[in-house]
Amino acid sequence: MSVFTAPLTPPDVAILRRPAAIRVTWLIVALVALLALSIASLAIGTRTVSVEEVLAALTGDSSSIGAAAVTARIPRTVLALLVGAALALSGATLQAVTRNPLADPGILGLSMGASLAVVCGIAFFGMADPVATLVVAIVGSSATGVLVYAIGSLGRDGATPLKLALAGAATAAALGSLVSAIMLPRAQSLTSFRFWQIGGVGGAVWDRILLVLPALVLGAILVHVCARGMNSLALGDDIAVGLGENVARTRIVSAAGALILCGAATAIAGPIGFVGLIVPHLCRLLVGTDHRWLLPVTAVVGAGLLTAADVVGRVIARPDEVEVGIVTALIGAPVFIALVRRRKMREL
Amino acid sequence: MSCEHRDPGYGILAPHTPGELAAGRRRRARRRAVRVAALAVLVAAAFAVTLMIGKTFYGPEDVIRVILGQQVPGASFTVGELRLPRASLGILAGFAFGVAGVTFQTMLRNPLASPDIIGITWGASAAAVVGIVVLSLGDTAVSALALAGGLVTALAIYLLAFRRGFSGARLILIGIGVAAMLQSVVAWVLSRASDWDVPAAMQWLAGSLNGAAWERVAPLALASLVLLPVMFGLSRDLGVLRLGDDAAAALGVRVPLARLVLILGAVALLAMATAATGPIAFVAFMAGPIAGRLLGPGASLLLPAGLVGALLVLVADAVGQFAFDTRFPVGVVTGALGAPFLISLLARTARHGGTL
Repeated sequence: MSVFTAPLTPPDVAILRRPAAIRVTWLIVALVALLALSIASLAIGTRTVSVEEVLAALTGDSSSIGAAAVTARIPRTVLALLVGAALALSGATLQAVTRNPLADPGILGLSMGASLAVVCGIAFFGMADPVATLVVAIVGSSATGVLVYAIGSLGRDGATPLKLALAGAATAAALGSLVSAIMLPRAQSLTSFRFWQIGGVGGAVWDRILLVLPALVLGAILVHVCARGMNSLALGDDIAVGLGENVARTRIVSAAGALILCGAATAIAGPIGFVGLIVPHLCRLLVGTDHRWLLPVTAVVGAGLLTAADVVGRVIARPDEVEVGIVTALIGAPVFIALVRRRKMREL
Repeated sequence: MSCEHRDPGYGILAPHTPGELAAGRRRRARRRAVRVAALAVLVAAAFAVTLMIGKTFYGPEDVIRVILGQQVPGASFTVGELRLPRASLGILAGFAFGVAGVTFQTMLRNPLASPDIIGITWGASAAAVVGIVVLSLGDTAVSALALAGGLVTALAIYLLAFRRGFSGARLILIGIGVAAMLQSVVAWVLSRASDWDVPAAMQWLAGSLNGAAWERVAPLALASLVLLPVMFGLSRDLGVLRLGDDAAAALGVRVPLARLVLILGAVALLAMATAATGPIAFVAFMAGPIAGRLLGPGASLLLPAGLVGALLVLVADAVGQFAFDTRFPVGVVTGALGAPFLISLLARTARHGGTL
């Protein structure tokens, strides 16, 4: 049921074997766009600041109000970059491991699982330690991943994209209700209540970011180590074994990386969907399906996309802010629908 | 669903004379009728108990006198103005969700393909929220808008799923995407409402019977009165559609017409119920499979699924109101049931070796 089982047409092969020059060009373009978006994220908000002031603030001058605004926006921007990269990497890896083009931490319910685990920890065990939160979130997303995969692979034809997506959507909805049930009596303030239902990066603080950073780095390393293995997985298990690939090890290590990335991102930013879905598909068009290239570019583009979504969320509803989780769903769902429409039915 | 469940009265190996077959069929039909009647009695009992219990207990005679229109001090207001509309709304909405849910599950041949998961409920919900928060409309206008929202969403999903023919799998996946989008629209609109508070948010995110009043019950009651007979009239066609379009056409079902009427009826019921209560989580999803398990294969599930839906909402609302220190909206209770239900569905399917 893989996307890759269909006979390759010449354009497919062209995408598979993107010349190095094209790959490098796209990587540079992505990096430049990322830089521009980061500056935009620092400059745009309730009070819009000029680029000169942004640069001044970055070099340590915090005398003007504009510079103060920029300084206040730095953690938020850094968080958006990190979470975007983590979710996109997680999505790309999940797509490779499950050989499912519709895999995404949000759609498969992993983010909601992490959310529920954290909410349970806070509500029932008085969990306040950020490290514990991080661990619990990762455990939650992993348990949900196993559950959803078990539900989705029932039946003769295994884990088809349709069944995985349905199992994920149903699980996410059920877990979301549990989150509401637990939070409702305890919701001291609306913001803390909503954070675990709709993700956002507005509440970024340096302490939390620095704490999550090692987990994100670990996850990123794990999936990058498996990049070559993921290429083999795409050919199907039999061929991968024939190529000398330890399929089980590749699956476990890369899935662990993806779950750590997703759990850590959710622990700090709440459940955010669709970034992990769209970014890998876009990047495959740009640099081809070789995961050694795909993964780094995915991380860069994912960081850029979430930052852009955050900026959009700050601009469209001024003076209010729209959480980045809402913006990504509004952008991502149409892409998801387009992807579904493009596939032939036997691939679902 | 429980198609894999083999009716104990139906041995495939033993030879049967036509008389035996007919007798077996009659026996099974009688057993089903008994079970449906038992369900109906349960719903009536739950309705009665809901009217009696609360902060103050009122005995059956008080409740009956209120229903008959007599003035009873205290009970006239508490039962007549608070509990009766609430219980009626619960019964009607639960019934509507159950019937609509099982219609979609049967037509798409997938128990996970209920309208709350494939986005149609969210279309009605999003339209209703926009009507209330942005346009400040009254109850009737909100119902109309929710109906329009549900129909437009269903139509959009249906059209998007059309590409070189109709495909249920594609429709389900597109529905999931649409659901995610509409959910964030609801969240977005709610976040911009100035007087947004947790109860209002919960009503539109999970479903709630709080604030039930006769003005809210009336449009739903009217819609049920019109639509349910139409749906029940098509219940045989619905059962046949499960065999596939070609087989259904060969058996004399006008497939496109039957499908259109069933979809429109289900969407309209769903939208009216959602406009009145918000999207009560998972009732549409759970009612059909539960009814299927109770009744065994081959039965028409529309009426039993409606009864199960009504029972679920009534009981879950009572649990949400009285079982905990906090008063939970009904949708949070039914939503929390969704997770174990999903796992039980998984376990059952694994045991019977069928596909979901």
